[in-house]
Amino acid sequence: MSGWRAGILSALLGVAVWQAVVWATGLPRFILPGPGLVATTIWKSRALIAEHALITMTEVIAGLILGTVLGALSAVGLAASKWARTLVRPMLVFSQAIPVFALAPILTLWFGYGLGSKVVMALIIIYFPVTSSFFDALMRPNRDWIGLARVMGASPARIMWHIRIPAALPGLASGVRLAAVYAPIGAIIGEWVGASKGLGYLMLLANGRAKTDLMFAALIVLAVFTILIHAVVSRIATRLLERY
Amino acid sequence: MIAPALHLDGSARYDGTPVFSDLSLRVPAGEWTCLLGPSGVGKSTILRLFAGADTGADFDGSFGADDGAPLDGRMALMAQDDLLLPWLDLRANVAIGARLRGEAPDLARAEATLARVGLAGMETRRPAELSGGQRQRVALARTLMEDRPIVLLDEPFSALDARTRSQMQDLTAETLAARTVLLVTHDPAEAARLGHHILIMGPNSVTPVAPPAGPIPRPVDAADVLGAQADLLRQLRGLPE
Repeated sequence: MSGWRAGILSALLGVAVWQAVVWATGLPRFILPGPGLVATTIWKSRALIAEHALITMTEVIAGLILGTVLGALSAVGLAASKWARTLVRPMLVFSQAIPVFALAPILTLWFGYGLGSKVVMALIIIYFPVTSSFFDALMRPNRDWIGLARVMGASPARIMWHIRIPAALPGLASGVRLAAVYAPIGAIIGEWVGASKGLGYLMLLANGRAKTDLMFAALIVLAVFTILIHAVVSRIATRLLERY
Repeated sequence: MIAPALHLDGSARYDGTPVFSDLSLRVPAGEWTCLLGPSGVGKSTILRLFAGADTGADFDGSFGADDGAPLDGRMALMAQDDLLLPWLDLRANVAIGARLRGEAPDLARAEATLARVGLAGMETRRPAELSGGQRQRVALARTLMEDRPIVLLDEPFSALDARTRSQMQDLTAETLAARTVLLVTHDPAEAARLGHHILIMGPNSVTPVAPPAGPIPRPVDAADVLGAQADLLRQLRGLPE
């Protein structure tokens, strides 16, 4: 529980610094709204924010699930086949050289202005961290385990299923934990480029109309949501690993 | 179960440097052969060759069972590292061989085997809850569960304390009787206690040494066993570097 207490204290300190900056600089509220105003806006616009937050959450969670499944399958495929490693891995590494931002417009063109393009965006942004951390773990098996399994008459597929995959699950878990933080970034970029719903859209809208307080409100809700989803994913991962 | 004799003839090189040359090794059927030697002399390479594991060395020669049948499916392996899977309980660890072959694991037999090595009632524990000696008992149970005529032992007791080691030697000798066992060790005391046949391996040579009399496991405190141990150590010290 001391972790929570430290988190709350740290948040209070952040709010205090924020308020101090507002007082010290005397910036107008459309440039830098104070924490009190933003809190009031969150409360007053809760229906509006909730509606858009729900969309973003759906995108993030769908992207997380799809990205994790696809990433995990890719990692196992790469680990199982030398051919796949030779042919596909350079492509994967190259794909990381393309900034995801640059892909957003084309994804919007392909998958439309709705949820689809944002889910794909979140998926793409988390696919690589999930794949690479799981793959690395799969490629670092205890060689003696594998030697013993071979003496016992195990096929490569069974060695994968009974030894390499279970041994690499902590690697997958750390990839998914990272993914939980990255996925909202993908969804928000997607919403900026083309959307009529979602927290990213709401932020752009509020910014355009000089409703800086609403923009801050949306930003804070997004940050809190990201922290929550990271905590939930971490919790689930730890639980599953314990049971395993 | 008919335990075959094993043989290995040939040379191994590692990056061009010979590990051993023109070696001729005989492992008689149904008995324990101890391959005793200092570290780095190629003992484990020999064992790994039999096990079909990647040795990292180029081997030129032949090895196998004297009955001419393939070794696959007739060997079990036990090493210094117990190699228990931390995510499985003891019963599942003991029965892992069947699962790895896609067969239905016989969990009742796994429990009986655990009881045989003195771990009755602990089948649902995880390896992390066990001491080093207990873990090595589970590894022995897993080896017994495989029930193979040939057993390769790669310094299986070298990480244990002296008391646990001698107990494990007794238990292993008793449970693996009548099998063809190749025990690789650097411990003269172990060879003196457990070898029906003792071979001292030096660079490019394998020298048979007469073991003490009596069935294995021989007592830890008998004068002839202690004498043989001292003699083996003297010969090890006399090997060229």
